[in-house]
Amino acid sequence: MAEYSMTAPLKPEDVDKLRAGDKVNLTGFIYTARDAAHKKLVELIKEGKPLPLPLEGQIIYYVGPSPTPPGKAIGSAGPTTSFRMDPYAPLLIERGLRGMIGKGERAPGVVEAMQKHGAVYFAATGGAAALLSKRITAAEVIAYPELGAEAIRRLTVVNFPVIVAQDCHGGNIYREGQRQYAR
Amino acid sequence: MAKAKRKSKTPARGKAKAKKPAKVKARAKRAPRRVKKARPVKKAPRAARKAGPVSPLREISAKKIADVVARLSMEANYDLEHDVLEALERGLGAEISPVGKEIFNQLLENAAIARNERMPICQDTGLAVIFVDLGQDAHVTGGLLDEAINEGVRRGYTEGYLRKSVLGDPLRRVNTKDNTPAVIHTRIVPGDRLRLWVVPKGGGSENMSKIAMLKPADGIEGVKKFVAESVRIASANPCPPIVVGVGIGGSFEQCAENAKRALLRTIGSAHPDAFYADLEGELLRIINDLGVGPMGLGGRITALAVHIEAAPCHIASLPVAVNINCHAARHKTAVL
Repeated sequence: MAEYSMTAPLKPEDVDKLRAGDKVNLTGFIYTARDAAHKKLVELIKEGKPLPLPLEGQIIYYVGPSPTPPGKAIGSAGPTTSFRMDPYAPLLIERGLRGMIGKGERAPGVVEAMQKHGAVYFAATGGAAALLSKRITAAEVIAYPELGAEAIRRLTVVNFPVIVAQDCHGGNIYREGQRQYAR
Repeated sequence: MAKAKRKSKTPARGKAKAKKPAKVKARAKRAPRRVKKARPVKKAPRAARKAGPVSPLREISAKKIADVVARLSMEANYDLEHDVLEALERGLGAEISPVGKEIFNQLLENAAIARNERMPICQDTGLAVIFVDLGQDAHVTGGLLDEAINEGVRRGYTEGYLRKSVLGDPLRRVNTKDNTPAVIHTRIVPGDRLRLWVVPKGGGSENMSKIAMLKPADGIEGVKKFVAESVRIASANPCPPIVVGVGIGGSFEQCAENAKRALLRTIGSAHPDAFYADLEGELLRIINDLGVGPMGLGGRITALAVHIEAAPCHIASLPVAVNINCHAARHKTAVL
């Protein structure tokens, strides 16, 4: 299992070389969105309207941070469970989304879209939200401020630690890892 | 013989009854001569005793309750409890998967950052679930108990920069913006104290809860199978290493509440009933043999503990409920 430092947004060749179980430190810009924002984005795509964020090559982090205390870039910001975004993710991947960060296994429909269009799914450590917030140096709400924690934010991340959970070649650390340690 | 005994007792009782009033009267005659002023004072408690046992109610102010709930809401989200920290350290020692070990290290580092910087351990600061044991000789003054608890949650979550994750309605889905209402479970218990547990419960682990109304014929094997299957299906979603709360028996709703109540117990403490202590140990082994591991990425430590809360149940029923807590297993308690 390899270890990489990568810049976000991702290039197609970055996604292609990643395998389930690899460790990646991400630096650059990523976007946040969870249930409510995904619903809105998919509605806009279906209506043929412009989106409030670029999708090509981008990474979406499934997170609803806690409120930002004075003097900090962001509140605690760990991943939320990804399967709730499964109904929306394939359409975003089709429109160029190249990476997702969350926790928990993805549905077959998402995996199919990842393999077809070249996208990767990363796992961040759930509940390590104070630690992960230290790797976020700036956060700016770019859409749907009325959604509060669920607003779309643009995050600047430095060495943000993730693990490749499901890759674009069908690799799946949940299945492989659990099989290895089951008795 | 029985009749004879009864007969012989009756006159004895009669004698005693006849004698006693005479003694009382004699005392009553003497008492006023010695301490005239004390007489009304002595009479009052005697009258009260006739009406039934009276112990004075201990007063607990609603404001004090709100203050304590506000403080515990913040502490539960910033300071990992000692039993959880110790369980994570034991888990780090026992885990053999390199990725799993790294996750344990991240969780311990995360706990230190959260404690030192007073930041939430997890961004999902949860539904505020509050368990209350209210002594029946305690009296809440200056407000209503539930309102005081909600006031504490409101203040703790607002002043503590905790996330507001509560919607006022499940289908219309509008955020109440102060994390109220809390979910409150109150029991009336002996004594004059009020004990509170603040248990912030995140959505990721709560969504993996399950209940089954098993057939009595399914027995203990059916219970084991259901608990293990619930944890296997939950996989990475509830943020393992988890604490598994299991309710067995009771009615449908009591079983579910007991599964959550089981999460209040100190991790590492033995069940007081040896039968259930053994079952907890066996379930923990079965769950860890699933190989789910920290964050579901594979490993030997899937659960830190299994806690069972059993209750009497109907002859036709064998309810079993599973309520999973994430590795933070947030819980704080105070006695007022």
